[in-house]
Amino acid sequence: MHLDFSPEDLAFQQEVRAFIAENYPAELRGKQDEGDELSKEDFLAWHKVLAKKGWVAPAWPVEYGGTGWTATQKYIWSEETARADCIRLMPFGLSMVGPVIYTFGTPEQKAKFLPRILSGEDWWCQGYSEPGSGSDLASLRTKAVRDGDHYIVNGQKTWTTMAQHADWGFFLVRTDPDAKQQEGISFLLIDMKTPGIEVRPIITLGGEHEVNEVWLEDVRVPVEQRVYEENKGWTCAKFLLAHERTGIAGVAASKRGVEKVKSIARTEMDGDKPLIANAFFKRKIAELEMDLTALEFTELRSLAGESAGKGPGPESSLLKIKGSEIQQRLTELTLEAVGHYGAPYFRGFGEGDNEHPIGPDYAHRAAPTYFNTRKTTIYGGSNEIQRNIIAKMVLGL
Amino acid sequence: MDFSYTETQGMLRDTLARFLADTYDFETRKKMLLRPEGRDPGIWKALATELGILGAPFAEEHGGLGGGALENMIMMEELGKVIAIEPYLQTVVIGGGAMKRAPAAMADAVIPEIIAGNAVLAFAYAEPQGRYDLANIRTTAKADGAGYVLSGHKAVVYATPWATHLLVTARTGGSTRERAGVELFLIDATLPGIVRRDYPTVDGFQASEIYFENVAIPGDAHIPGGIDLIELLVDEATVAVCGEACGISRKLHEGTLDYIKQRKQFGQPIGKFQVLQHRMADMFVEAEQIASMALMGTLKLDLPAAERKAAVSLAKAKVSRSINFVGQNAIQTHGGIGITVELAIGHYFKRATMIENQFGSADFHLGRFEDLTLAD
Repeated sequence: MHLDFSPEDLAFQQEVRAFIAENYPAELRGKQDEGDELSKEDFLAWHKVLAKKGWVAPAWPVEYGGTGWTATQKYIWSEETARADCIRLMPFGLSMVGPVIYTFGTPEQKAKFLPRILSGEDWWCQGYSEPGSGSDLASLRTKAVRDGDHYIVNGQKTWTTMAQHADWGFFLVRTDPDAKQQEGISFLLIDMKTPGIEVRPIITLGGEHEVNEVWLEDVRVPVEQRVYEENKGWTCAKFLLAHERTGIAGVAASKRGVEKVKSIARTEMDGDKPLIANAFFKRKIAELEMDLTALEFTELRSLAGESAGKGPGPESSLLKIKGSEIQQRLTELTLEAVGHYGAPYFRGFGEGDNEHPIGPDYAHRAAPTYFNTRKTTIYGGSNEIQRNIIAKMVLGL
Repeated sequence: MDFSYTETQGMLRDTLARFLADTYDFETRKKMLLRPEGRDPGIWKALATELGILGAPFAEEHGGLGGGALENMIMMEELGKVIAIEPYLQTVVIGGGAMKRAPAAMADAVIPEIIAGNAVLAFAYAEPQGRYDLANIRTTAKADGAGYVLSGHKAVVYATPWATHLLVTARTGGSTRERAGVELFLIDATLPGIVRRDYPTVDGFQASEIYFENVAIPGDAHIPGGIDLIELLVDEATVAVCGEACGISRKLHEGTLDYIKQRKQFGQPIGKFQVLQHRMADMFVEAEQIASMALMGTLKLDLPAAERKAAVSLAKAKVSRSINFVGQNAIQTHGGIGITVELAIGHYFKRATMIENQFGSADFHLGRFEDLTLAD
């Protein structure tokens, strides 16, 4: 057991650094620095660079387009991309439906969908939550009724992230209304251009259009777009949730976030000294770094267990709880650090709008990000649900 | 990077765990504490001879098994699981650590005695006024001919009543809090002029106040390295205690989990109540983080001093906070029976509580981390 990088690992680290420096889209970097809202094309710009290089899906098995990297190389990759402040790739295809398809899908489904997830040709969204079923996901009511070679889907989904850009969605639907809650659910892949689908925006506290309502009215879905067996969709859902939770720890991004807060606290003055000299503020940063280090090593231990043949299990709930709490504390600390200039409302740059925001550059996204990040302890199964999962699945209560 | 234990490390853990399961149940431990010497010396001897594992972290040329800090962490974790009152931390982790950096003549003489179970070392570093500052030392070692004369008062020195040797920090020069002039000595525990007041500690060990009254010690008792070496030894000890905390917190959690599955109130096991389920989940999360931080600190002991200290301090700060949470909630969840001496849980809690501040509280270590990494 050791933390050292081998000469090969160090060479890989250099290769990754050089690749990012040479290939990260300059326009995207500019928009990030200005705090602009990112368009679909912005999100895809980095995705497509990586797809071309063959580095877009390090977690996938090689046969489906993965990189074949060792655990250490994957660690280096996430560290380096965070260090260079690269945007996070949209997870819905790469981290969610992709693994479900290559684990449970038919050969035809794999051949059709996986290459397009890798290339970025298809943008995916996740049709899980419903207005009446949030944390109690299995109570979902959107129903799919068989009609020959098709399902007819009716219902409403909500909190559907980035559905406004989506080409495809993966949906949990009820195919057997009489079965016990978790047993009558199926996992459907639905073309978002199918007639009967309507996407309506939901605007969140930071002013962003990130999530949506998705209404489905008599939407015809070919049966071959069902993944795995009819009424066994919960198996896919659980598998996906466990995968989603490991990524959710966000260790590398939070490390980068800590560096940003420190840099703000070295710039902002508190009396005749920088804020970082304030004993109370300094202690909060130290505590955050402490908890982040504990999370990092918990994740590394968990990944080591994974590479020894165990998949991400219910202990990934731990990573979700601590990871989301840390993300929130980071945004809280940032907002505290920027002081007065947390208040001015900044709309973001629209078309032809280049008025400079009020206050320092690092300040104008602080409040919106703080507001937006309240989501992390709610989504992906709220942190209360994660505690239920640990109590039931790990502790046998 | 590699996060797997070797086969030998796995065997070390299994061997020790099996031995302790047979010899260190709660009732037997209670009887050990009641003996005049406050322990069963046969256990230490058995670890040395029957199991042959006191050499785990020593080099093969000294008769050891060739391990290091990870082996110490494994040992401490397993000893923690039975709240063992063995002087492993003092003798092998700290004493052994000092001997590895000692002049060859001393190392060659002492290490085999440690491995054989004949030598027990106690680490006399703390002083009444010093809190956790290792340089806050009033004990003096004045050069006198070829040797030194030791004078001063060392506080709460664990394992002293059992010790054959004392590892002592003392000042050869400089003022009370100055780093320069603090040096390390290994001396015979029975030298004339060593006055002890022995007492049991709240967590089951034996300790002493030690008064050095013009104790003449030989020149070759000195281990060169000064405060830098002492800090390294204490950092190694600190992460070893984090390993012990890992074993203890697992048992605190496990014991509480068993209890709430059996204990009935309002017509059902109290483990059915969601408020307790969530508390158990939170205790699980904290216990896992203790394990992570013990490992992190151990794996970073080899880094350059500033990075090592920052890492060890983060580890200990987290472990102190987390074991406080796990311990207090274990007692609360047990209710009244938890605050009696009847159940093992309370005894785990007592050792856990002493670990919180051993080698520095959470506040101390967060402060040290800040000084090292969060300058203006």
